[in-house]
Amino acid sequence: MHILHHLAAAVPLALAASTDAPEAASWVDPLLQQLVTGLSNGMIIALIAIGYTMVYGIIELINFAHGDLCTLGAFLALTIAGALGVEAWGGLGGASGVVILLLASAVFCAGLNWTIDYVVYRPLRNAPKLTLLVSAIGCSFILVNVALFWGGLPMGVFGGGVAAAAPKDFPGLVSDDNLLPAAWHVTFTASDLLVVSVTLPLMVALTVLVRYTKLGKAMRAVAQNPTAASLMGIDVDRVIGSTFLIGGALGGFASVIYALYNNTISFQMGYRTGMDAFTAAVLGGIGSMPGAVVGGLVIGLVRALSDGYLEARWTNSVVFGILILTLVFRPSGLLGAKLRDKV
Amino acid sequence: MLLLAAAVVLGIIDGPLKLGLVDPMRGVLIFALLGLGLNIVTGFTGLLHLGMAAFMAIGAYAFAISTCDIYPFQLGFWPALGVTAVAGALAGFLLGAPTLGLRGDYLAIVTLGFGEIAQDVLKNLDAITKGTQGINPLPPPSLPLFGEFGSSPAPWYWLFLAITVLAVFACRNLERSRTGRAWLAVREDELAASCMGIAPIPVKMYAFATGAALAAIAGGMWASLYASTGEPGNYDFQISILALCIVIVGGMGSINGVLVGALAMIGVANIALPKLASWLQQKGVVNASNVLGSPNNWKYLVFGLVLVVMMRVRPDGLLPARLERRKAGGSA
Repeated sequence: MHILHHLAAAVPLALAASTDAPEAASWVDPLLQQLVTGLSNGMIIALIAIGYTMVYGIIELINFAHGDLCTLGAFLALTIAGALGVEAWGGLGGASGVVILLLASAVFCAGLNWTIDYVVYRPLRNAPKLTLLVSAIGCSFILVNVALFWGGLPMGVFGGGVAAAAPKDFPGLVSDDNLLPAAWHVTFTASDLLVVSVTLPLMVALTVLVRYTKLGKAMRAVAQNPTAASLMGIDVDRVIGSTFLIGGALGGFASVIYALYNNTISFQMGYRTGMDAFTAAVLGGIGSMPGAVVGGLVIGLVRALSDGYLEARWTNSVVFGILILTLVFRPSGLLGAKLRDKV
Repeated sequence: MLLLAAAVVLGIIDGPLKLGLVDPMRGVLIFALLGLGLNIVTGFTGLLHLGMAAFMAIGAYAFAISTCDIYPFQLGFWPALGVTAVAGALAGFLLGAPTLGLRGDYLAIVTLGFGEIAQDVLKNLDAITKGTQGINPLPPPSLPLFGEFGSSPAPWYWLFLAITVLAVFACRNLERSRTGRAWLAVREDELAASCMGIAPIPVKMYAFATGAALAAIAGGMWASLYASTGEPGNYDFQISILALCIVIVGGMGSINGVLVGALAMIGVANIALPKLASWLQQKGVVNASNVLGSPNNWKYLVFGLVLVVMMRVRPDGLLPARLERRKAGGSA
């Protein structure tokens, strides 16, 4: 729905532009617009997908609760935005408001993700993998319910009288004005710019962390072989905890960008967005971080093109179809290493 | 056996004693059947299945299409239920054929995706499925032995109890059959089983199809009870997880466990939570407009806690299957 919402605003703009200049081929502009929308959404999906892929890479758990963690991050951001009255700050104040929301949500999600690992997953480290997966599904449901209650709290910030389950409007702190000259026929808004300017540095920072720091080295070692890593003096539980911490923080950033980009959040958004992100992680090759980014961009584009050229009501089926086909025909994904069952 | 006997006794004494328990028990029986289906897939064969609701939906629509008077078939209750079971088995086979070679967690995700696609397809193919309206009204069954299927819940209860008894015996016999032993062998160790001459994929396929057929029957019963398929969105991920909770609470692979699990989960979700909510409202702790006041708003939390706590303290469930199960390093 959220993408629809955005498209509904973007497509008529592009169409209107193309009627002004009839000599331009009429199908190019909407296509370009969908590519922009798709890539922006794709970057958000990629940021969440990294959270899935990091955890899977290290403990082979499909962390089902990750999407719903992001939901809570968005709810926290909405609560803070309401409490501080960020919407009225304007100008430079608005920009600092966005930074506050991003950081608060990232810290909150990181802490919560670490806590879930500590309380729920850590005692099950030696249990069968499906036991862990079922626990993760349980956590996901608990978080969904927390978000539902959160949405129903009489805090006034959500606008009085709105039902708990109803989607909440997120204040439009970032403008949807076109930054490009009108003659280009494509809208690239400040929201699109925000998405790029937050996700790209985060991805670079993460790559540096994993490649060049001691913690990153430890993470790669644990992913390869936890027993051997612990024999080398690596505190495996601490490394796994850090992985949840980092994945959670990325999810927190993503949730705020998502909310600012789509201007609406709901207690169930984590399920859909989480499935998109998980599909992206699988498509890119689960366990591979560049794969998660590529997968996220592909899924974002597929969603936008399916909304535009097929029908929006089939988009979810298209995404799930891609997920199933990838798992059946290329379980290692586009960029993933060949997976083997550990015997 | 004891449980089924208790159910028969309940059916007899409920009317005279005005317990009013037969009414909600119909839901318990429907979900017991769904749980029995999932138990074959997850309990016996060890495949985590997160899309049982899809087979329930397929069953409900197959039943509706075979009985509703807007379609040319208009079969009776039992033939329609037969068609439903076949449709479910076929769907299970279609899902299983390409995917059963996958590793455990990947298979779980594929079944989840199937559940979502099934909802979308049922919603979007509105020429056949009537979209979000669902197919209705369905005629009430007319069966001589059970009396008049009107407003009284008793005939429904007896009919559903009869189906459940049949399903329990079928499951019990299947478990002890050659196929059933092959299911258990594949669950315990796929590699060892295949070394013993069991072909894992056909064996799993059989489990998938049988489980799907039982889930489809549950869907048919549901549609028949409410005289409508309801909207496709009813058969969502929550239902699949409810089925999983039923199997896990009761004990994976234990038929009695499924019955207990269905009683516990549906009892909590449909009986205890509403009672608790109305009690809290009377006490003035919450009111109906408050988010905490609606029992529906607690379901996710209950399901989630059940899964997390059971996995932590009693992964084998309340009534574990009798067979000795391997404790560590389950086959992934």
